[in-house]
Amino acid sequence: MKRICDLLQELRPEFDYRESKDFARDGYLDSFDLISLVTMLEENYGILIDALDIVPSSFASVETIAEVVRKNGGKV
Amino acid sequence: MIATFYGKKVTGMLAALPQNVVPFEDEVSNYSFSEKQTLRLKKIMGYKQHRIAKPETATSDLCIAGMERLLSTGKLNADDIGALIVVTITPDHFMPHTSNIVQSKCNLPHSVLCMDISQGCAGFLIGLLQAFMLLEHLGNKKVILINADVLSHKVSKADRNSYPLIGDCASIAVVENVANWAPAYLNIYMDGSRGGMLEIPAGGSRMPCTIETARLQDDGEGNLRSLDNMRMDGAGVFQFVQTDVPPMIMETLEYAKMEKEDINWFLFHQPNRFMLRKLVEKLEVPTCKVPMDEVENFGNPSGASIPLLIASDLAETMLSGNTRCCLSAFGEGLCWGAIVLDLGGMDFCEMLVTDC
Repeated sequence: MKRICDLLQELRPEFDYRESKDFARDGYLDSFDLISLVTMLEENYGILIDALDIVPSSFASVETIAEVVRKNGGKV
Repeated sequence: MIATFYGKKVTGMLAALPQNVVPFEDEVSNYSFSEKQTLRLKKIMGYKQHRIAKPETATSDLCIAGMERLLSTGKLNADDIGALIVVTITPDHFMPHTSNIVQSKCNLPHSVLCMDISQGCAGFLIGLLQAFMLLEHLGNKKVILINADVLSHKVSKADRNSYPLIGDCASIAVVENVANWAPAYLNIYMDGSRGGMLEIPAGGSRMPCTIETARLQDDGEGNLRSLDNMRMDGAGVFQFVQTDVPPMIMETLEYAKMEKEDINWFLFHQPNRFMLRKLVEKLEVPTCKVPMDEVENFGNPSGASIPLLIASDLAETMLSGNTRCCLSAFGEGLCWGAIVLDLGGMDFCEMLVTDC
């Protein structure tokens, strides 16, 4: 989980992610951030994220992001 | 629809580009990207540079520049032309048609059938379909298929969703009857119910252009655009491409009785690098068979994307023997399709930088 938090912090350091229950809805991550985050997760976890998982609801929280990583073969 | 066409060959291709190359860095101040985001998006999306026509350039200017090059160098003879198709979503006017303007400026005979088709990113496939059908009635005459757009005139410069990706271009493909050429297997799907994913709301009879429609508005995601501008639901289009395109390509291959391994080149419409990479992963085809460098070098030129890709990346291959290709395009409409055909043995395959 810490690695995901670090990546989020690297992506948009101006936000405190603990304050949001839905990163996309709260404007923490826009569509370009999602694409950047997917690429960062793929590089960091050595995985390929299924295109059909690349929807805002998959990136709503640290937990849902971890689930996407696990689903695509990464160890969190 | 899915259909087989016999004895139809693309015998030449030219891509006519504007001379103006605009680097992403020159425009980045138009968008609300941080410096870090800019660097990331250059790599991930292919934001590097694009070709942008002059403000006064109309679609026909690029078409005419390309046609004049072919006619003046003897690569094309006006008397050999039976039909001229212009596929565009940015016509010069509602009337007259852009194809008629090209015919006139290039001094083509009155016997040449001129036809405009309104189609965007999938326009090369729709144009080929029309060309193949016309050739059934044209004997040894050629069909000139032009895909041309100056999308830069219709996309807001402050729309970071779309403007960094688009480019202007006109492609010219010569299509003719050649006995015993390998069959072409064409598969096209349409879904008008999702048409709002890519739209230019104002400018037609539903919503004529007014001062109001020209007013820039913030969409809440950092993009400024008016109703006169193109609007793209980027996330929706991404899911459409990843969901609908792979099974359609597999269906086309199955219809052609071919496996993925039988295809030498997968030549796809070029929306952006990320979308293409994900599409290739889904299809499980080797990336070395899928050129995807068009957006970073030229921008996405709508219906001209596949011919430009061929002219820029595969010109030598196209001038030598034939190679089996799977072309696929997808975009506004919605429309998505694929064609499996042999390309190669062309009389010419080149790019032209114009002063447009």
